Amino acid sequence: MLQPPSRLTSRLLSLTLLGLLLFTPPLLLLLDRPSSHGLSWLPAWLFLIWLGLIGLAAWILERQDAQ
Amino acid sequence: MRNEAIVLVVAFGYLALLFLIAAIGDRRAEQGRSLIGSSSVYALSIAVYCTAWTFYGSVGRATEAGPSFLLIYLGPTLAMLCGWMLIRKMVRIARAQRLTSIADFISARYGKSQSIGALVALIAVIGIIPYIALQLKAITVSYAILIDYPAQTSLQHAESLFFADKSFWIALVLAVFIILFGTRQLDASERHEGMVTAIAFESLIKLLAFLAVGIFVTFVLYQGPVDLFARAAEDPKLLHLLGLDNVPGGAAGWVGLLILSTLAFLTLPRQFQVMVVENVDERHIKRASWLFPLYLLAINIFVIPVALAGLMLGEAAQTPDSFVLTLPLAAGLEFLPLLVFIGGLSAATGMVIVETIALSTMISNQLVMPLLLRWRHLHLDHLYDLSGWLLGIRRVAILFILFLGYLYHALIGDSYSLVTIGLVSFAAAAQFAPALLIGLYWRGATRIAAAAGLMGGILVWGHTLLIPGFAQSGWLEMSLITAGPFGIEALRPYQLFGLQGLDIYSHSLFWSMLVNIGLILLVSQFTQPSRLEQTQAVLFTDALQNEHLHTPVWQGHTSRGELRQLVHRYLGAQATERLFAPFQCEGDLCDDQDPAPSEMIHQAEKQLAGALGSASARVLINSVVRGEALDLQAVLSILDTTSQTLEYNRRLEQKSEELTRIGQELKEANDRLRELDRLKDEFVAMVSHELRTPLTSIRAFAEILRDTPDLPATKRQHFLEVIVRESERLSRLIEEILDLARLESGRMTLNLQKLNLVEVVQQTRDAVARLYEDGGVTLTFTHQAQDPWVSADPDRLHQVLINLLENARKFAKTGAGEVSVSLSQVGRHLRLEVEDNGEGIPESEREKVFEKFHQVEQGNQARPKGRPRGTGLGLPICRGIVAHHGGRLWIDEPADLGGANVILELPRIPPPAQAQDLDAVTTEPSP
Repeated sequence: MLQPPSRLTSRLLSLTLLGLLLFTPPLLLLLDRPSSHGLSWLPAWLFLIWLGLIGLAAWILERQDAQ
Repeated sequence: MRNEAIVLVVAFGYLALLFLIAAIGDRRAEQGRSLIGSSSVYALSIAVYCTAWTFYGSVGRATEAGPSFLLIYLGPTLAMLCGWMLIRKMVRIARAQRLTSIADFISARYGKSQSIGALVALIAVIGIIPYIALQLKAITVSYAILIDYPAQTSLQHAESLFFADKSFWIALVLAVFIILFGTRQLDASERHEGMVTAIAFESLIKLLAFLAVGIFVTFVLYQGPVDLFARAAEDPKLLHLLGLDNVPGGAAGWVGLLILSTLAFLTLPRQFQVMVVENVDERHIKRASWLFPLYLLAINIFVIPVALAGLMLGEAAQTPDSFVLTLPLAAGLEFLPLLVFIGGLSAATGMVIVETIALSTMISNQLVMPLLLRWRHLHLDHLYDLSGWLLGIRRVAILFILFLGYLYHALIGDSYSLVTIGLVSFAAAAQFAPALLIGLYWRGATRIAAAAGLMGGILVWGHTLLIPGFAQSGWLEMSLITAGPFGIEALRPYQLFGLQGLDIYSHSLFWSMLVNIGLILLVSQFTQPSRLEQTQAVLFTDALQNEHLHTPVWQGHTSRGELRQLVHRYLGAQATERLFAPFQCEGDLCDDQDPAPSEMIHQAEKQLAGALGSASARVLINSVVRGEALDLQAVLSILDTTSQTLEYNRRLEQKSEELTRIGQELKEANDRLRELDRLKDEFVAMVSHELRTPLTSIRAFAEILRDTPDLPATKRQHFLEVIVRESERLSRLIEEILDLARLESGRMTLNLQKLNLVEVVQQTRDAVARLYEDGGVTLTFTHQAQDPWVSADPDRLHQVLINLLENARKFAKTGAGEVSVSLSQVGRHLRLEVEDNGEGIPESEREKVFEKFHQVEQGNQARPKGRPRGTGLGLPICRGIVAHHGGRLWIDEPADLGGANVILELPRIPPPAQAQDLDAVTTEPSP
């Protein structure tokens, strides 16, 4: 008696997969660029992506309280 | 040198505060005004994930391995993002079955197996004790740095006598705390509200402390992050610190560590404790899914600035693991280092408290109790009340764990840096993940397969991480690592079978997961799960689908008294009263001899499971329930019946839909039949009418002839002619009716030949020429078709054409009648148009003329021309014949002459070989 996944579930799963994609090579290799100072941008990008994921998750989870 | 007394007072004062908070939390819980009933507290309690390893070790790892320290937190972020599906499922199962630890959970999934539970508990103890030791070490080291700075701290403290070691006393205080707030009662679901309140508070403190250091370093020591990074970039040694090339194992190591932290986050005993066991409301998971990752982000945001600042400080900053403490110390601050120390203490004690509670539950429920139950007949069953025993075992387990942790720390504490121990523990906990996650989503995983996977995985872990760790600590020969055990090179722990290029954790994770997952999948194919396993597998995998699948499954018999005695022995008087209160009979009509209802047995098992673990509870209940203790056949048949019923329902629905559809079709067919019946009646009536008209006149004239023998010869002659004409009409009519019947029944046989339509039209024209001449009607024939060949029955085609031409002649204008016949080619058809210059047929009448016995009224209302000559069957017959030839016959808008325009279309065929040169003759007016 399988129910089709709810919209919330499918959104969260997609978000998890997106996070996995963004946190792993080869996309990660694109972000590993030295800045003008010489230090890599990688950590900055990681924090940005991280924050973006959290923001999206909050948006998805908080707006559907009715469910 | 700071004042040792102040530091000690602050430290133990902080611990006292924890006691107070926990006590308040417990008190509020008893009053029913829970402090932890909010998703924020839940998220903060999950932050027990951040231990001293995070607090001190993240900076250390950032200096060695660049951004890879973030992976330890990105993994849990990913796990939390799908927490609404995954963790909620675990919470729901654990609540329904009163599961109190990850060992209990996994053992329950595989048929409440005692052996699986024991195995998981054992692995947890082996894997986690060093992790606890690590926390104690962090406390000792941070204390020493705080006191001794700026002198270099060695770990000589740990090797001095134990009573001089502060971490020993801290461990002791923690033991008291845990015993007080972790083992207060037995009956509940092992939920410890006071403890959770304290943990949430500790999470807050460690976050504040780390943020304080971070802000101090970034904005006080340096003028903001831009300044800090600019200064760091001037140091060539730091240039590559933040890049991916600094990560051990490169891209593969990166992915490996991400997977490792994701799995460990879900399977570490303390995480299971706070996320699943201590969860009060599954809706809290929703907000915690993003709040906890946000916490992780916040506590990591200053790691890189602190690491860079520490590296730039040089010698004065001492080891990277202590930068958090030495940076404010080097700046000469007094208060901030103390706050940092308290933050580190929070991180360490929080972890130790939760981990010890989780481990002690596992040790008592999965390791000690099953043994005691097995040896029960030796001495235990003489004791009436065992609940004290249970708490005693739990307390001894707590002391045992903390003592082991302390021992580990005191003896080999300095052999590894902080992060190393943490990741070794992670890798051990990750071994639970396959049995847990596969078991949650795949029914087919069996107990034996899970045991094999767990054992295989942990053996590989031991070989590739634990034992070489001992070698690196100097306990074993280093040749074990370089040359492999017994000199077998293929078994070198860090390059198993020659696999190189990975860091040791990814390497170990790869091999252990390969074995672990491989064994579970493989062995499951060849082993048969027991009935209990099947039931549990269904309950676990469908936990989110079937919310009410908690049918009481006890069908055996036991008396109320026996059950009461059993529960009383293990849970004590108070819990027993609470448990049995809902089952009191009205007016005390039942006594202890009466059989216990199955729901009561079920509740008793659940309560016992909460205190003793599901496997032991089952054994105990089995010991008092007689007869078929648990009718699993019945449970399975309930499940089967449910699914069968659903299946039947579905089929019934299908059938019913089919029936509706068929009923509709039948109704339509019936309607058609009725219509046909009506048409038949009409037809019969009309035929009789048409037949009677000539018959009547024949009979009338015949009677006149019979009754008046002296009729003049001319009159007689005239009457006889009428009789003959009417007889002819009658036989023509009958002929036509027969034709029609043949057409409609499909019995008309056609003698098909290849015909040149132009020739046929000309023959027909010749046949009707006389009649046209008599009526003074002009007939013209034009044709523009190349090769006007059709396949048709010549007689029938002739009949149709004569009929059409006759009709046209009859309806042409009286006096100056004109009829034009034209043949053309339209696509693959030949089109013959027969048009007259009569009054034409109104559009509404055009289809009706093809109905049987329909006659077009001639003239108009004022000046009717009377009945046309004909039977009213000609056009229906023509249309039938044409249809039999695959053609069409209809009436269209008038083209040139303005009268009726009848159009006949027949499919064209290729001309026969010898008739190619048949000439296209053009307009030739008829005489």
